[in-house]
Amino acid sequence: MHQLTLAEIARGLADKSFSSEELTRTLLARIHQLDPQLNSFISVTEELALSQARAADARRANGEAGALLGAPIAHKDLFCTQGIRTSCGSKMLDNFKAPYDATVVAKLAEAGMVTLGKTNMDEFAMGSANESSHYGPVKNPWNLEHVPGGSSGGSAAAVAARLLPASTGTDTGGSIRQPAALTNLTGLKPTYGRVSRWGMIAYASSLDQGGPLARTAEDCALLLQGMAGFDAKDSTCIDEPVGDYSANLNASLQGLRIGLPKEYFGAGLDPRIADLVQASVRELEKLGAVVKEISLPNMQHAIPAYYVIAPAEASSNLSRFDGVRYGYRCENPKDLTDLYKRSRGEGFGAEVQRRIMVGAYALSAGYYDAYYLQAQKIRRLIKNDFMAAFNDVDVILGPTTPNPAWKIGAKNNDPIAAYLEDVYTITANLAGLPGLSMPAGFVEGLPVGVQLLAPYFQEGRLLNVAHRYQQVTDWHTRAPNGF
Amino acid sequence: MQWEVVIGLEIHTQLATQSKIFSGSATTFGSEPNTQASLIDLGMPGVLPVLNQEAVRMACMFGLAIDAEIGEHNVFARKNYFYPDLPKGYQISQMELPIVGKGYLDIALEDGTVKRIGITRAHLEEDAGKSLHEDFSGATGIDLNRAGTPLLEIVSEPEMRSAKEAVAYVKAIHALVRYLGICDGNMAEGSLRCDCNVSIRPKGQVEFGTRCEIKNVNSFRFIERAINTEVQRQIELIEDGGRVIQETRLYDPNKDETRSMRSKEEANDYRYFPDPDLLPVVIEPAFLESIRATLPELPPQKRERFQSEFNLSAYDANVLASSREQADYFEAVVAVCGDAKLAANWVMVELGSLLNELGLEIDQAPVSAANLGGMLKRILDNTINGKIAKVVFEKMAAGEGDADQVIEANGLKQVTDSGAIEKVLDDVLKANAEQVEQYRAADEAKRGKMFGFFVGQAMKASKGKANPAQVNQLLKSKLEG
Amino acid sequence: MALERCDVEKIAHLARLGLNDADLPRTTDALNSILALVDQMQAVDTTGIEPLAHPLEASQRLRADVVTETNHRDSYQAIAPATENGLYLVPKVIE
Repeated sequence: MHQLTLAEIARGLADKSFSSEELTRTLLARIHQLDPQLNSFISVTEELALSQARAADARRANGEAGALLGAPIAHKDLFCTQGIRTSCGSKMLDNFKAPYDATVVAKLAEAGMVTLGKTNMDEFAMGSANESSHYGPVKNPWNLEHVPGGSSGGSAAAVAARLLPASTGTDTGGSIRQPAALTNLTGLKPTYGRVSRWGMIAYASSLDQGGPLARTAEDCALLLQGMAGFDAKDSTCIDEPVGDYSANLNASLQGLRIGLPKEYFGAGLDPRIADLVQASVRELEKLGAVVKEISLPNMQHAIPAYYVIAPAEASSNLSRFDGVRYGYRCENPKDLTDLYKRSRGEGFGAEVQRRIMVGAYALSAGYYDAYYLQAQKIRRLIKNDFMAAFNDVDVILGPTTPNPAWKIGAKNNDPIAAYLEDVYTITANLAGLPGLSMPAGFVEGLPVGVQLLAPYFQEGRLLNVAHRYQQVTDWHTRAPNGF
Repeated sequence: MQWEVVIGLEIHTQLATQSKIFSGSATTFGSEPNTQASLIDLGMPGVLPVLNQEAVRMACMFGLAIDAEIGEHNVFARKNYFYPDLPKGYQISQMELPIVGKGYLDIALEDGTVKRIGITRAHLEEDAGKSLHEDFSGATGIDLNRAGTPLLEIVSEPEMRSAKEAVAYVKAIHALVRYLGICDGNMAEGSLRCDCNVSIRPKGQVEFGTRCEIKNVNSFRFIERAINTEVQRQIELIEDGGRVIQETRLYDPNKDETRSMRSKEEANDYRYFPDPDLLPVVIEPAFLESIRATLPELPPQKRERFQSEFNLSAYDANVLASSREQADYFEAVVAVCGDAKLAANWVMVELGSLLNELGLEIDQAPVSAANLGGMLKRILDNTINGKIAKVVFEKMAAGEGDADQVIEANGLKQVTDSGAIEKVLDDVLKANAEQVEQYRAADEAKRGKMFGFFVGQAMKASKGKANPAQVNQLLKSKLEG
Repeated sequence: MALERCDVEKIAHLARLGLNDADLPRTTDALNSILALVDQMQAVDTTGIEPLAHPLEASQRLRADVVTETNHRDSYQAIAPATENGLYLVPKVIE
């Protein structure tokens, strides 16, 4: 039963092949059995899951239907869940039982989804390897010595290991797409403002976006359908109608114009990954797509700009963690400054502290123009590049990451090395565009992902391309040994 | 050395919205601690702000009232600093693109002249919570009920030259925000709070001296005293060879002194940047026009109209226009009685001292404008005279009915029948035959005072009801005839 | 321009982060390498380019002025480190 995709589960529940409670018990048992190897969950919410499963079965018995009714889900542990620890992978929030539900959590619960637990992540979503979690690193089910990517590494590893069919993640610089690529999943970062950020603990507010991780594009469509939509509680959420993401999955790709940015295939890209990307392009050409080389000339500036904007916003977003109203408070503070400095110094890990300091510095008197403002201008240049490219092509295709998953600890001594792994994903966050990563092969037994980018609100198009690709390839169906 | 005082003010006005600027919590004053602090006001992880339309509307009203440019495109920024009454570690405020740009306010000075004070800007921001320093196990207690209350911070140019001017400006802002209905003006509850930037310079010098900021002065009286005290301190400091350091100070009304604030000692680096949780606020011209249409007549226009339409002095017009309630009351009295001068006198003098005595505001006046107007009508049509009017007014204030009821019930109607008055006069003259003789023998210079004696006796005999003009005229002819 | 140890101490104070003396050299090095990466931006000519704060450049929606919140003090304070009589407690603040 654990091999089923979300779409298959929906059919199985609908034709009463199994109940939600049976499915939930099976998956909970599997999590208990296998997750100790992976460390993909921070909390397993067994009681909640069983009561939600029974409620879903009752709703179905009452004649209710719905693709997500009774289907299992796990949330990245930065989505607030009422009464349940929401840790953000940090000692700072180890004792934090959120007093409310995030909109995404509430919407999926409303649709009848069953929450199996909260998944491990890089502390405050700052990382690309899931090594900065207070709860320890997550292991990649494809090779337990390797990282699963980050920051939604727990969400990715759990789904890749067939502990459950789908999970939620968030993507600030690639944190859905990169772990999806490194664990052989399909992951989608929607257009900025498509999914509500209410209750999603902020890393960098103008870049963060929640989205689905699953094994297939079809499942991502189902899950995104439940997550997307306008929310009056989020000023940055866009009031645009949500399309039917499943309706056009099978649309023809005849004449689809795919742009390959020449900047994506330069130095730094593992040539074996370049080959796999070219192979995926050939598959899409067979389906009728036409390929065109394009240029995104400002792409090289994306990482520097990102590492100003994201830390600057983070330094301010994380000021609320002060040991006064919730979260970690140091022992016996001798005065107010001591309360702040020790609570924050002891509650935050090293990478979080580094980014807070970079951000505070970039915003401080005398440096604002040279750093923050300059980064915002580069942000516009990057957006302009995309707008120009989308005049000529419908989607942009390239590698999701320059390298496959690295060994746990390999980049520990050099934070910059890990930052560079985000080179292909970061631009979509800066421009607010939707992006998807899909499985495209293996290098030395480790998965490789291909990234697709589309104009604003064209998540449907991304899912359509990925789904058609998955109809003619089988990379996405491969499971890691032992799972 | 002759010193010139330079004062600029930052006035924080709490806008009179129902809910907070970024959350749906109530803004009611004086509730149990932290019962009006929602997830947003507490700065819980994952929460987001959504802007209150009414706060924007009120800020626009203020901008229109001071003839300022309203930012078509304005932006909220985060002001980052750590303080326990600031739950998020930043205050949402406005920095580079405030909602209200340059404007001005004309203030009336005591000598009747009008001075124009420039207003640099006014911006929207959220209020902080309150720190309570009473002993909670030796700790400070934090109440976040006030956190997120909308504030309009009004920043003046450094154009005031005395504590009195500063007070006149604060009073004018106070009156204006109350006219507009955007702030209740309750200074005791902190609805309107004032930071005073004070410096001195030798008279004639162009450059400003180093300024000190006196934080949170919360009454008109304290503003005047705090500024004067601070000016004195700066003069003494400089004349003793010292120099003023730029700092934040606190005024202690008990000791009548200002002192440096320890908590603000550290130079702050607020790291302002646009709040990424909020989008730029676009003020459409149509929205602005709809607000303009709802603007009431404001103090300066009212002052002018009172002078031109009612022929009042600048002083009277200024006093009457100083609050919307008083101006409305006055105009209602005029509407009934038709005599603005008489109405102005009664509102300012008799009603004013009664309210003062009772400690009431004009909107709680025990005599309604209709009743006062009705009584003044009875003065004008000679039903009563001015002296009896004071009796009628007192009885109206005591709740004995309107003027006509009081006059009727107490038989206070003025006697204008010359026959009746003559009879009273004859009795008075008869009873004071000796004084009559003396009067007739006296020269012109002495007669004036003696005449007053007979008028007094006559009024007394008529229980004040005789028409004083008739008494004068008839008495003269009888004494001299 | 590389940060010195004292710059890092200043920034850490601004951000209210208590750093161990032992960690300072490592933190200083890490911040300097991040800033070196970030400084590559300075070579980009952005003359005449408007800064972009939000990707979609929408404008702020306004909320009706209605009280929608009720009192949840007890549940919100159940997760607080220190409260008394409904107040959050912090070490004594001197003004």
